[in-house]
Amino acid sequence: MLELKSVRAGYGGFQALFDVSLEVRRGEAVGVIGPNGAGKTTLMRVISGLIRPSAGSIMLEGIDLVATPAHRIVERGIAHVPENRRLFPRMSVEDNLKMGGFVPAARSKFPERLRVVYELFPRLRERRHQLAGTMSGGEQQMCAIGRALMSDPELLLLDEPSAGLAPVIVQHLFELVKQIRAGGLTVLIVEQNVQQVLRVVDRAYVLKAGSLRASGSARELLGSDTIREAYLGV
Amino acid sequence: MTRAWPWLIGAALVVLPFVYRSPYPLHIMVIILIWSFAYTSWSVMGRFGLVSLGHGGFMGVGAYVTALLWNHGGVSPWLGIPLALLASGLLAVLVAYPCFRFRITGHYFALVTLALSGIVLQVITATRDFTGGSLGYTPERYQGGSSLFALQFSDKTTWYLIALAVWAGGLYVWHLVDRSMMRYALEAISEDEDAAAAAGVHVTAEKLKITVVSAMMTALAGALYGQYQMFISPDTVSGISISLQMVFAVVVGGVYVSLGPTVGAVITILLAEVLRISFGTRAVGWDNLVYGILLVLFIIFLPQGILGSLLDLGRRRAPALPRAAGSG
Amino acid sequence: MGILDIFLLEALLNGILLGGVLALLSLGLNLIFGVIDVVWICYAELIMLGMYGMYFLYTVYGAPIVLAGLVCLVGVGILGVILHLLVIAPLLGAAPINQLLATGGVLFFLQSAATIMFGIEFRNLGLRLPILKLSGMFISYSRLLAFATALVGMVLVYLFLTRTYTGAAIRAIAQDRQIMVLMGVDSRRIYVITSALGGALAGLAACLLVLQYDVHPFVGLSFGPIIFLICVLGGLGNFVGGFVAAFVFAEIIALGGLYLDLEWGYVFAFAFFIVMMFIRPQGLMAKRS
Repeated sequence: MLELKSVRAGYGGFQALFDVSLEVRRGEAVGVIGPNGAGKTTLMRVISGLIRPSAGSIMLEGIDLVATPAHRIVERGIAHVPENRRLFPRMSVEDNLKMGGFVPAARSKFPERLRVVYELFPRLRERRHQLAGTMSGGEQQMCAIGRALMSDPELLLLDEPSAGLAPVIVQHLFELVKQIRAGGLTVLIVEQNVQQVLRVVDRAYVLKAGSLRASGSARELLGSDTIREAYLGV
Repeated sequence: MTRAWPWLIGAALVVLPFVYRSPYPLHIMVIILIWSFAYTSWSVMGRFGLVSLGHGGFMGVGAYVTALLWNHGGVSPWLGIPLALLASGLLAVLVAYPCFRFRITGHYFALVTLALSGIVLQVITATRDFTGGSLGYTPERYQGGSSLFALQFSDKTTWYLIALAVWAGGLYVWHLVDRSMMRYALEAISEDEDAAAAAGVHVTAEKLKITVVSAMMTALAGALYGQYQMFISPDTVSGISISLQMVFAVVVGGVYVSLGPTVGAVITILLAEVLRISFGTRAVGWDNLVYGILLVLFIIFLPQGILGSLLDLGRRRAPALPRAAGSG
Repeated sequence: MGILDIFLLEALLNGILLGGVLALLSLGLNLIFGVIDVVWICYAELIMLGMYGMYFLYTVYGAPIVLAGLVCLVGVGILGVILHLLVIAPLLGAAPINQLLATGGVLFFLQSAATIMFGIEFRNLGLRLPILKLSGMFISYSRLLAFATALVGMVLVYLFLTRTYTGAAIRAIAQDRQIMVLMGVDSRRIYVITSALGGALAGLAACLLVLQYDVHPFVGLSFGPIIFLICVLGGLGNFVGGFVAAFVFAEIIALGGLYLDLEWGYVFAFAFFIVMMFIRPQGLMAKRS
């Protein structure tokens, strides 16, 4: 479904990704793990269009994403939950969700999508009029994911969803991710928390210093030394 | 060999009025010199990112305080001008201190100074019983017309030399600042105030110092202008138009170069004169129209100004006015 | 209760009425700043053009006043878009001070263009609206009308911002510009819409101001600085702060003008501003820096 080939990307003079090639098949849950500064967030951004690659191709079901204007990538069915949530702090939960459903195709489905999101995250319905910036970290993460789901995407990009959250909440969050997957959504998760994410995804890639070091099924990676090497260099 | 050039040109400038006695060109030269001095005064703080849109106010204070003290109190400009400088310095502190102390910078600061020049204009208009309001004000002629006491001279040559001296003085001050520790402090401040403060720079004090210097110099320009023209009105010496004109001239000429403001003055004044000669009274407004368009074009395409860009071509420096990272 | 009290009350009331229009104007400026992060120094000059538009449409060409008002509103809205596309958009990546100076150039340009096209004489709409007498106070009908219209305008803008998708996008972009892309929002389109809205608010204000004041090329200098002070004190981009500050300033101007010339009202307002900067430097209701 999603195919990256030899993607290079960076910021100004600094290159963050070197010849990254990966693929995500429809219905899969794929993880990208790696230490801090590996380029994981850059990878997410280059897929969702926040930054443009300097080389390589990104294809979504045959559509060339690099050629697509950044703000139209959402219409193609990709929704990105950014690192640190990035909610609109002075807007209510419901307004944030509304922004998630901004694209014309999603507007007509707004009531239904809202229902789906509130079913998935009942806490959000309770706090629908609360200013997003005043919620706890876990609630904000739920709101951010809910916002992404409002556009009824086919591919969900999750950037470090566990960042800054207590372990209990992280666990609950990944349970929810499993639930979302069960609905048929394809998921690409970028994470530092290896244990949690490998329990949720089918496959994963290991990214370090901008290059892919390894890949394999979740079970394989859990058992191998590859990850320890990538993180600790031993 | 290149070191001799400034001296040669300086000597030529001094000798000029004695060789070429025609009054009209001399008049233009005086105007150019006074305004160059005013623009240079602005650029003394403008070059550090302290863009003030209120210098018209300081000029107005300089001109009006001097003239009012003379007309109403018989106070000689030799005393009146220092008092006017003091007044403008105090005004600068009054407005700039809270701004700097509380980190009001960049466009916030520009807006506050913009309001300042507008308010000075309002004060002049409101005190019309004293100042003549928008109709203008005339310093009284002293006896014959030429007097050292009254700082009035009917002879253009004298004024030319005075203006030349003041202009040169302005350049000297510019160079003093350029070579001082204050310059590095202010450049550090304009890059990153917090870092500068952490490095031990007294941010507020440094900014205040340069602001007061700039304000007082500008007031001097205003006072001299009043004494020379023997007529001042709110919109010729103060107000937003003057403030913007200053910025425009410096932007066109080049803000990081000592002679940049002078180049800007030459261009703007000659342009105004050419228009006035060609079109007469129908030229009213056209010069500002052209300035307006040129200012926009220069900001977009040539933010370092003419002189700045030319020098840059020769020296290959990094772009002068910093470009903020990330677009909207 | 003496005559003095009536005058005071009248001034207070006039202050509120004036505050309505000033609040409308500060809303326009705050919208532009909050969304696009630029200040249109020439905002008052756009109003000036709107006032001229009203003058020519109504007084010279005899158009019905409401129609003239609508044309004016739309016209200045379009001017706002043109301003954005020609001057602001090329400078979006430049230092903010450059953006400010560029609009300063436009200020020059507009004042001069008006001088050349219309001359420096004061023009008046020639509309004699009644003066109402309310328990001993004289309130001009045009002031009341201006206040009411300004309020309606602000309510409409509020509804637009809170009830529509575009309005939500405008509020959102002011809070987090970078991720708007992820919502599928084309930022440039939002900027254009906001510019149109800011211009339209200026156009509306022009209609209201021209009822009470003469127009001439430099009329912008009378209320431009005040609007900037209001926005800075209220916090640039802070709609509520600007709203409150507008009324505070309006009262100061009205009261200052009570015993002295009108210009002194402005001077007091500025003095108040300086004092407030010493006391509350973050602005009256600081939320954004």
